[in-house]
Amino acid sequence: MKPEVHVALKHPGINLGSSDRKTDVAAESPVFGFWVFLMSDAVIFALLFAVYGVMMHAVAGGPTPHDLFEIKSSFLETLILLTSSFTFGMASLTMKYSADNRRRLLGWFALTLILGVVFLAFELHDFSSMAAKGGVPQRSGFLSAFFALVSTHGLHVASGSIWLVVMMVQVVVFGVDPVVKTRIMRLGLFWHFLDIIWVGIFSVVYLQGLI
Amino acid sequence: MTETTGLWHLLMGNLSYDALPFYSPIATVGASIVVLGALGTAVLITWLGKWKYLWSEWLTSLDHKRIGIMYIVLALLMLSRGVIEAVMMRTQQALAIQSPGYLPPDHFGQLFSTHGTIMIFFVAMPFLTGLINFVMPQQIGARDVRFPLLNAISLWLTVAGAALVMVSLVLGKFSTGGWSGYPPYTESAYQPGVGPDYWIWVLTLSSIGSTLTGLNFAVTIYKERAPGMRFFRLPLFTWTALCTSILMIFAMPPLTVATALLALDRYLDMHFFTNALGGNMMNYANLFWLFGHPEVYILILPAFGVFSSVFSTFSAKRLYGYKSLVYATMAIAVLSFTVWLHHFFTMGQSPSINAAFGIATMLIGIPTGVKIYDWMLTLYRGRVRFSVSLLYSLMFMLLFVIGGLTGILLATPPVDFVVHNTVFLVAHFHNMLIPGMLFGMLAGYQFWFPKAFGFRLDETWGRIGAACWGLGFVLAFMPLYVTGLEGMPRRSQEIFQPQFAPYLLLAELGGLIILAGLFSLFVQLWVSIRRRDHNRVPVGDPWDGRSLEWANPAPPPEYNFFTLPQVEDRDAFTWMKERGVAYLPAQHYEDIEMPRNSATAVAIGVAALLSAFGLVWHIWWMAVVGLGAAWAAVIVRSFVRDTMRTIPASEVEQAHRGWLREIAATRAVSRDEEMSAGNVGLAESAS
Amino acid sequence: MMDQQAQYAKERRSYLVGFLLALGLSVVSFALVAAKLLPADYLLTGVFVLGFVQLLVHFRFFLHINFSKSKRDDLDLLLFSTLIIVLMAGGTLVVLFNLHHRMT
Repeated sequence: MKPEVHVALKHPGINLGSSDRKTDVAAESPVFGFWVFLMSDAVIFALLFAVYGVMMHAVAGGPTPHDLFEIKSSFLETLILLTSSFTFGMASLTMKYSADNRRRLLGWFALTLILGVVFLAFELHDFSSMAAKGGVPQRSGFLSAFFALVSTHGLHVASGSIWLVVMMVQVVVFGVDPVVKTRIMRLGLFWHFLDIIWVGIFSVVYLQGLI
Repeated sequence: MTETTGLWHLLMGNLSYDALPFYSPIATVGASIVVLGALGTAVLITWLGKWKYLWSEWLTSLDHKRIGIMYIVLALLMLSRGVIEAVMMRTQQALAIQSPGYLPPDHFGQLFSTHGTIMIFFVAMPFLTGLINFVMPQQIGARDVRFPLLNAISLWLTVAGAALVMVSLVLGKFSTGGWSGYPPYTESAYQPGVGPDYWIWVLTLSSIGSTLTGLNFAVTIYKERAPGMRFFRLPLFTWTALCTSILMIFAMPPLTVATALLALDRYLDMHFFTNALGGNMMNYANLFWLFGHPEVYILILPAFGVFSSVFSTFSAKRLYGYKSLVYATMAIAVLSFTVWLHHFFTMGQSPSINAAFGIATMLIGIPTGVKIYDWMLTLYRGRVRFSVSLLYSLMFMLLFVIGGLTGILLATPPVDFVVHNTVFLVAHFHNMLIPGMLFGMLAGYQFWFPKAFGFRLDETWGRIGAACWGLGFVLAFMPLYVTGLEGMPRRSQEIFQPQFAPYLLLAELGGLIILAGLFSLFVQLWVSIRRRDHNRVPVGDPWDGRSLEWANPAPPPEYNFFTLPQVEDRDAFTWMKERGVAYLPAQHYEDIEMPRNSATAVAIGVAALLSAFGLVWHIWWMAVVGLGAAWAAVIVRSFVRDTMRTIPASEVEQAHRGWLREIAATRAVSRDEEMSAGNVGLAESAS
Repeated sequence: MMDQQAQYAKERRSYLVGFLLALGLSVVSFALVAAKLLPADYLLTGVFVLGFVQLLVHFRFFLHINFSKSKRDDLDLLLFSTLIIVLMAGGTLVVLFNLHHRMT
């Protein structure tokens, strides 16, 4: 028979631990499952990085990274996304330690959401200014690979933002109950994971391109 | 294909009268069979008044057993189409010796493309997913998989993919680029029609479904095992299920990437694999086989699991070398990620790279060889009963070794340079997939059918079927080894060497015998249903089974186990039977929570199918609406709170006691009587 | 209750440390490239090393992955994923650069 007191194995991301034992146990499998999904997603990104690495020099006489990339803009995007990771961390802590303080939780979520949307706006601005200089995905293998990689990340951030909105609605409708908590924990993994991918994009795509 | 314009284009994209299959009589017949088959099925269900039953008991069910059965139904349906296509191609090659035959090249090209795509993604994958779905949770002593709704979503995405392949038979033409869809031939410059688009979205639907399935199975095996079920007590089938799931999680993404990038090339004029502007088609081969090789082991490992169960059960012995089998399975799983380049030895990389991958490929032969010896030693001095499952398994062992040896030949780069792209290769991989994969699935189907439906399959027709499959395989593919060595290219629509004629006629005969084997499977099913009252095994253990899936009634209750078993041994159920504790009432019953039915998964499947269809025909509104609807279904579902229902302990106790009373009134059968009508599912070792 | 308070403060500090470390690493990477402080080859190595360290920082402070025994499942999974990614992405680069090299 299972032991009466089942202590959950720890999982990635924030662990509820003693603050909410019951949900901590219930969260074990779903969070682990989502972590597995992220690993699968990581393979997709890894291959897009590899494709970019292979095609980086296939500029086909078109514009090169030096002609197209703006280091300041990409650095700003890095800072925005990094800060949003931190604000999400604060949201997670609010959920864990003061779950009844919905307003504070929603506040951190709203801040994260705004940062996410601003990031996307900057990215779109980058894309359009690249296009203005002739850097469209149809121009060369290099640009195809660039847009595939960076927009896949962008689409993930957009999905994460929609998910964030859904979770804000759920916090309002259901309160911070066990189901909502485990979903927030998974969204947290997703959000931090996207930040890691961006660190890769910033280093491999932008900084390498400008060296 | 003509371009459409104006309002029609806005509403219907490129779909026009030209899309209808009136370009050749054969295409018209094929399309008619699909349309009439679908209509006939719908009329039959209406006539029988079974829509409500079908909807509430099957289509919306989240029960892993029913989902598993639906996967296998899909696999058998698609197997029929795949085999018919194969026979059509064999017939063409038998007829088209220095003559054009009856199939034009374009149609022949579609046939080998759909045949491969269907056999891999809609026969092999659903078959193994279905078997794992049905068996694995019962083997580990769980009530369901960890994420039942996700399981249903995977099923319906796979069904959507299969439906799209069927639609391609009616509207437009399929790709002629083979199941691997190599660009630049599949780029819009060379195939501007809808064919490669069909292929891309069919694969996308199926690969997303498989990734989610892998995730679900892996988490289930990690987190849902019954008390006492340590990793080294897992039945070998579950071990292979775990390794296959891990391969699905990591090996499906490269396929998703390869097809997505090809789609970007075709839809948005990008340059990943084109000839111009920096495109690199060799990268496609690389990405595709990063998926393709592990895929081979996704297919074969569960079959190895089935064989392990069958050999051990029908020898009435513990599996020989259990740990070595587990380690061999793990070794194969990891090594499968290191050999993808052997699919393109001839592409032009340096000899040292080819050599490295050739050696890695040969290494896989070692753990596989270990397995063959373990199975032989399991049979050795066992109490062997030649059931249909065991016959398939024995044929596997003999024939698979031949395939393995030709594989070692192909792993040698210089040999590969000679036979690359010949029917030698075709013979080799069919030699792995038919005796390996398919015989494994058929053995499993015969083995677990009584558990699923409560009655055994007919022995006579089972034997006829097994004989046809075995003989048909040998006749159909052994001649191709010969013609392949003599240089006959694969995918030939017309043959210019008259000396190949006898071999190709033999292969044609083999194809027809395989068709008879397929037919026997359906006759067997029909006969068994007609005679089900003679073959009932309600107690649930017709083969003196060794693992936990045999420890409950047949068919099992929705919640699988009346009380969760306590596992003490690798052969958990045998251990219980030997100690006389297999059929005892529990001291205490608990309420059981099971998921309610949900239409969400069906909705997602339909929406995904619409979206994919819209993408194929450039009906943009449909593509957007379909995708939006699929995600909307997910979001709406996330607001549903009442997802579980409780089965009260009293109901469970009543069902359990009823079953135990039935057992008390049942005569146990000896192993010799297993195939007689006296077998109602209680094995003698239990008493 | 005091215990919860202390834990909260500890966890918040951890997030803050992670944030500052990540920020610092990003800024250094950026500054190296923006000001071209090193020759190109070293610069590239520097950027990749800093990026890798930042990756570890994110894993440690935001995703809370570490070497404690109770987290072995996730760590095993992460290490296995890393192996697969290295095989796939690394293999892709090796094979295609080799082909590229032989074709020029």
